Amino acid sequence: MRTLSLITLLLVTYISAKAQKADQINLKELQQVISKPSDKVQVINFWATWCAPCVKEIPLFEKLNQMNKEVEVTLVSMDYDLDPNPEKVYRFMTRKNLQSKVVILAERNPNDWIEKIDKNWSGALPATLVINTQNGKRKFIQKELHEGDLEKMIEDVEN
Amino acid sequence: MKNVMVLLTCVAILTGAHPVKTAYDVGDTASDFKLKNVDGRIISMSDYKDAKGFIIIFDCNTCPYSKAYNHRIIALNEKYFSKGFPVITINSNDGSGDSYDDMVRIAKKKNYNFPYLFDETQHIAKAFGATNTPHVFVLTKELKVVYIGAIDDNARDGESVSKHYVEDAVNALIVNKPVPITKTKAIGCGIRWRD
Repeated sequence: MRTLSLITLLLVTYISAKAQKADQINLKELQQVISKPSDKVQVINFWATWCAPCVKEIPLFEKLNQMNKEVEVTLVSMDYDLDPNPEKVYRFMTRKNLQSKVVILAERNPNDWIEKIDKNWSGALPATLVINTQNGKRKFIQKELHEGDLEKMIEDVEN
Repeated sequence: MKNVMVLLTCVAILTGAHPVKTAYDVGDTASDFKLKNVDGRIISMSDYKDAKGFIIIFDCNTCPYSKAYNHRIIALNEKYFSKGFPVITINSNDGSGDSYDDMVRIAKKKNYNFPYLFDETQHIAKAFGATNTPHVFVLTKELKVVYIGAIDDNARDGESVSKHYVEDAVNALIVNKPVPITKTKAIGCGIRWRD
């Protein structure tokens, strides 16, 4: 019995220390994340492991994800455009122990789809989209966010 | 009180009638700039008496997209300088790795064959409406903006490009044809603005 407990403990430790992974999604699937009806405000951040200001602001999203259960946070990695190997993203997630949902947008030819995500987006990273699907309000910001900015964006899309 | 109201109304009308334009669109005429090059000289577009147009590229030392395009930018200047379309690159980024001294070092290391100008105040990036790097503006001799966007459609691999947006724009100018694609978007490093 004690051996079994030990094995279970080891197994649990192994699983929790295992590398984190993220789904690779296409544009259509991303658009579903953006537009699916939800009673939660969608907070979608576009980032990449190579983007220093993105990496700097990620703790703000992690904190929001943990503290505010009224919102749904999705971190969309844009790494694929330069490097299709997702390992770098996985390693980053594991190292930072990210708790928010992470997806990798696996699409080529950004010129074909950047505007479909938001018409105000030039493609610069980081960028953040906040959407209230209940009233259709959305807020898009294309720059590094600081403490309090996310809360302000969420307030702006509320009634 | 009435006078104050009149004054405020005048201010409102004046500012409304003359909006401060902060980003160029295709068809707009760009203003010239005076910026310090990595060799210490101050450079303007008006210095290029024989130019038939310009390939202005907002770039960065540290951005991986800029690094992916270094050789392609050098090749653009090699191909088009002699045809009257010099490449001029501008670095407007604030923050570590993009100081003037860093720019001098990178330009030397990578053998830049074009000016690499320091936009310390970020005024030129704001006037053009540059947002990410590398961000290209193709201008005519009269400084009319004819193309805004990416160099091509494949950041990852220069060998697998299917659309050479900037080359197509400049080739069209050379033969007096309309530019086929005037605006594109690409993923890139957001210019790091001063707060």
